[in-house]
Amino acid sequence: MTFQQLLFIGFAALVLGGGIAVVLLRNPLYGAFALITSFVGLSALYVMMGAQFIGAAQIVVYAGAIMMLFVFVIMLLNVRADEERPPRHRFLVWLAAPLALLLSAGLWLAVAGVQGDRAPSGEAGTVERVGKNLMTRYLLPFELTSVLILLAVVGALHLAKREKE
Amino acid sequence: MVPLSWYLILSAALFAIGAVGVFVKNNIISTLLCLELMLNAANLAFVAFSIFQGTIEGQLFVILVMAVAAAEAGVGLAIVIALFRNRETLDVDESSLLKL
Repeated sequence: MTFQQLLFIGFAALVLGGGIAVVLLRNPLYGAFALITSFVGLSALYVMMGAQFIGAAQIVVYAGAIMMLFVFVIMLLNVRADEERPPRHRFLVWLAAPLALLLSAGLWLAVAGVQGDRAPSGEAGTVERVGKNLMTRYLLPFELTSVLILLAVVGALHLAKREKE
Repeated sequence: MVPLSWYLILSAALFAIGAVGVFVKNNIISTLLCLELMLNAANLAFVAFSIFQGTIEGQLFVILVMAVAAAEAGVGLAIVIALFRNRETLDVDESSLLKL
């Protein structure tokens, strides 16, 4: 087992541990912080693969901006820990374990057939390479994304504003 | 050298955890958090394939997914605020009607 594989196992444990904590913790605020640890682990994995730009964006956009929004709303609404589900919906909790097994088995089947265990080609996701492609060949999707963000801003403002009496 | 299959298995496990969370949680904010987990599982698979194939498209897709996740979080949390203002609860079981 090489050093890189050991590093992968460590970061994967961080990612999975954070993910499991999100599901198990009852207080959404703790869940948000667990999700941030999970994102930090993912960012480290991206950098390990050679996708530096995505790794940096993961921290700045996800752990920084999006999770900040979540934490802000949780604190604004003063959310307490979840209560137990009412009995008529308790069966969903028992349905979740078979669902997880089924989903894992299906994804495992899909993954097992992949032939890709060769060494990655030297071209990695440097900022230069990502930026050049984003600004030339894939300019249209990039611009459409900015329209989507604008729509989201307008929609969020309209939904969250206080209605006039 | 970490093989591609390890990344894909991690991605599959993360997606399963997120899906279970969406089922189990009854707080709407926790549900949104688990949704982010699933989006990140997809992102991990995108980046892994992109790196191992030597193409850049997967990583550009991840940037788009991040933008969509940001939009989703913004609109979703605005809906959560509106929901809380109207019903004083965040429990998804309590707010099963479209009508106020």
